Amino acid sequence: MLSDSSVHQLLFGRLTAAAVPIHEPILVATFAVVAAGGIAVLAAISYFKLWGYLWREWFTSIDHKRIGVMYMVLGIVMLLRGFADAIMMRLQQAMAFGPAQGFLPAHHFDQIFTAHGVIMIFFVAMPLVTGLMNFVVPLQIGARDVAFPFLNNFSFWMTVSGAALVMLSLFVGDFARTGWLAYPPLSGIAYSPDSGVDYYIWGLQIAGIGTLLSGVNLIATILKLRAPGMAMMRMPVFTWTALCTNVLIVASFPVLTVVLALLSLDRYLGTHFFTNGLGGNPMMYVNLIWIWGHPEVYILILPAFGVFSEVTATFAGKRLFGYSSMVYATVVITILAYVVWLHHFFTMGSGASVNSFFGITTMVISIPTGAKVFNWLFTLYQGRIRFELPMMWTIAFMLTFVIGGMSGVLLAVPPADFVLHNSLFLVAHFHNVIIGGVVFGMFAGISYWFPKAFGFRLDPFWGKMSFWFWVVGFYVAFMPLYVLGLMGVTRRLRHFDDPSLQIWFIIAAVGAGLILVGIVSFLIQIFVSIRRRDSLRDVSGDPWNGRSLEWSTSSPPPAYNYAFTPVVHDRDAWWDMKQRGYRRPVDGFKAITMPRNTGAGVVLAALAGVFGFAMIWYIWWLAGFSLAALMFTVIRHSFNYAREVRVSAAEVDRTERTRTRLLAAAGLPS
Amino acid sequence: MNDDHAISATGGSPLFHVADEHEHAAGGSTLLGFWIYLMSDCIVFAMLFATYGVLGTNYAGGPTPRDLFDLRLVAVNTSMLLLSSITYGFAMLQVQRGRVRAMQGWLAATALFGLAFVSIEMHEFAHMIHDGATPARSAFLSAFFTLVGTHGLHVSIGLVWLATLMIQVGRRGLEPANVRRLECLGMFWHFLDVIWIGVFTFVYLMGSLR
Repeated sequence: MLSDSSVHQLLFGRLTAAAVPIHEPILVATFAVVAAGGIAVLAAISYFKLWGYLWREWFTSIDHKRIGVMYMVLGIVMLLRGFADAIMMRLQQAMAFGPAQGFLPAHHFDQIFTAHGVIMIFFVAMPLVTGLMNFVVPLQIGARDVAFPFLNNFSFWMTVSGAALVMLSLFVGDFARTGWLAYPPLSGIAYSPDSGVDYYIWGLQIAGIGTLLSGVNLIATILKLRAPGMAMMRMPVFTWTALCTNVLIVASFPVLTVVLALLSLDRYLGTHFFTNGLGGNPMMYVNLIWIWGHPEVYILILPAFGVFSEVTATFAGKRLFGYSSMVYATVVITILAYVVWLHHFFTMGSGASVNSFFGITTMVISIPTGAKVFNWLFTLYQGRIRFELPMMWTIAFMLTFVIGGMSGVLLAVPPADFVLHNSLFLVAHFHNVIIGGVVFGMFAGISYWFPKAFGFRLDPFWGKMSFWFWVVGFYVAFMPLYVLGLMGVTRRLRHFDDPSLQIWFIIAAVGAGLILVGIVSFLIQIFVSIRRRDSLRDVSGDPWNGRSLEWSTSSPPPAYNYAFTPVVHDRDAWWDMKQRGYRRPVDGFKAITMPRNTGAGVVLAALAGVFGFAMIWYIWWLAGFSLAALMFTVIRHSFNYAREVRVSAAEVDRTERTRTRLLAAAGLPS
Repeated sequence: MNDDHAISATGGSPLFHVADEHEHAAGGSTLLGFWIYLMSDCIVFAMLFATYGVLGTNYAGGPTPRDLFDLRLVAVNTSMLLLSSITYGFAMLQVQRGRVRAMQGWLAATALFGLAFVSIEMHEFAHMIHDGATPARSAFLSAFFTLVGTHGLHVSIGLVWLATLMIQVGRRGLEPANVRRLECLGMFWHFLDVIWIGVFTFVYLMGSLR
């Protein structure tokens, strides 16, 4: 006879009603807001009968442009969650002095700083970067799609699946309380026996598979699908940075996969990789995860460098200064990204010579980065600079990033690092480079390529609001942390005794409030732009007088991108075409073969999400069942050989005629 | 930066688009893409080798390689895997001649050798676990089981893939998509051979010398 509790355990693993945090008012309120918002969105979709449209045209789409847009939407949605965590931390730290304990209990505060880091890196920065590369790269190289369009859709949904698991941890069970890299032994089963670290592991493993496959996909795309005439040294710099970033992804994400797999083995099977007993070695985890972790920050920043290279050349109206040195700098950064990981733990005690080696390699990385900054400056020099929104973000980046870079070089000096390690100085440094570099870069990229994706520009007024609040908010929020860090305040503290520190935390909280206004302005900007799309419309497809191929096709581009594959004669291919009086072909179109949409990616990712959930809660039957279903679906999908669909010449002709008519109506040459 | 790639016949002005476009063969990037994926898999194994390198002597008072490894059994096992690679090569030779039945025969032989390899490995693992040398006994055993087991898992997935492909070739013959899949599986299979050479040398042979 089975007792009640063992039946429960068989069916639900360790998942019980107690896992739903109804006794925590903050979480209940969050849940109420998320649920109300979610129901409102779902109801609106049902009311406007959009389910069929979304499923057919977006969810199952394997068009790289739509997948790119969906990545961006995911990144922006998750930004709201990650920022909610940030503002709660800022408020807690501004309040909790002396007798005041603030509003967050310790176990909740610890989850929040962990979730903030995990979400901002994996589910905000990564989707934004991947989305931008997905949208832009095939257009820039004159291709019709990526090399493996189905895989692209699958990768996206795996990222969504991982994000969904992390979100779920808010309402069912806990999230990790370990910090964003989950160092053992704290993250081992002995000290973190609950579901938190398991949510962390499975969320990242599932999303990581998506990231790795998307990396493979984009490398193959860039190497194999470039338009005729586009030699490697004629690729736009954004494509170069995308190539290097994806090389970094393919070479580093397997390391993350392995290190998380070993941590799961420790937690699930009782092995001794990172335990303190029976020969395990926790410091090995720290080494391995930073062998992934340091390249990861270059994965994020390189595409942002690519955006700035496109933006400076376009808005200065000049050819990019020092193209070759830009390419070599990117490649050198890619290589050096692998030989600096130890600077994250100089205090581990590797000895003076090892620390010196990694300190020097870290300082060396600032040389190619500096070369890039000078290239951008020289591109602007004597240019006719147009201060449109993308250019404003670029200027803010150049000023802000240099400060962050210098504090990084300071931290690269091992003796200085011994003082500043794990202090708020470090927190200020990496926010300085990630907000000042990656976030500013993504906003520059969004405002630069938005007209290409949707056929109308973003509203400049709300864009400038967002810009100024973000930039000023950043300085107000993070400069106090440099000060506090130099005074020796360590990171991740929930409560402080010394009242003289409080003023700095209050200033930082005000800064976070300014950033909040910046984020809200950005959302208003999107909303207002959609409302005013007719007056913001761009028919030409080339609103900024651009230089690279993506500006030669219509906005938004047709599903097949280019009716005829372009031929490239110059680095600035589209600029060259315009200079030499290029005329767009208006007849003689041929049929085009395009990949066919499929729902297999959604199904596979959903099954992977169920598998992750079952593993987190020890529901073994469900884990086995979903894994079997996953394998079955993969095999069944492999029996589908009809993966292409033909766009007839008549249909291409119709699409292109529409564009010809629109161009003529706007008084533009066809 | 002129290209003589596409100068039109009528005058000096260059062509800016491909006028008569040839169809891109579907899956033209598959082999490169799969190779890149294999390199990422190679890094997975590199990490597992490195982990074994760090933890491989942490016996924690438990059994050592000398107590556990039966080199004769491992030698037989190694030959199974190497033979399966040879038969896979023979199958690909038949693909080039377009002989489906002979190819299926060689694929079946590959599957049998592969199955033998996985079975012997399971036998070895079962034996060790029965003697108390479990993955939880020491860091050395954790690293050993994970490295060798990950390789075995790859071979098992390869066997499922092989069976699927045999059905697909049986149904649709040697059409380009199937040949491409056979080439990918071939890369995968030989790659696992290379990894196993590393395991055999680094784990078993050098372990027995300790």
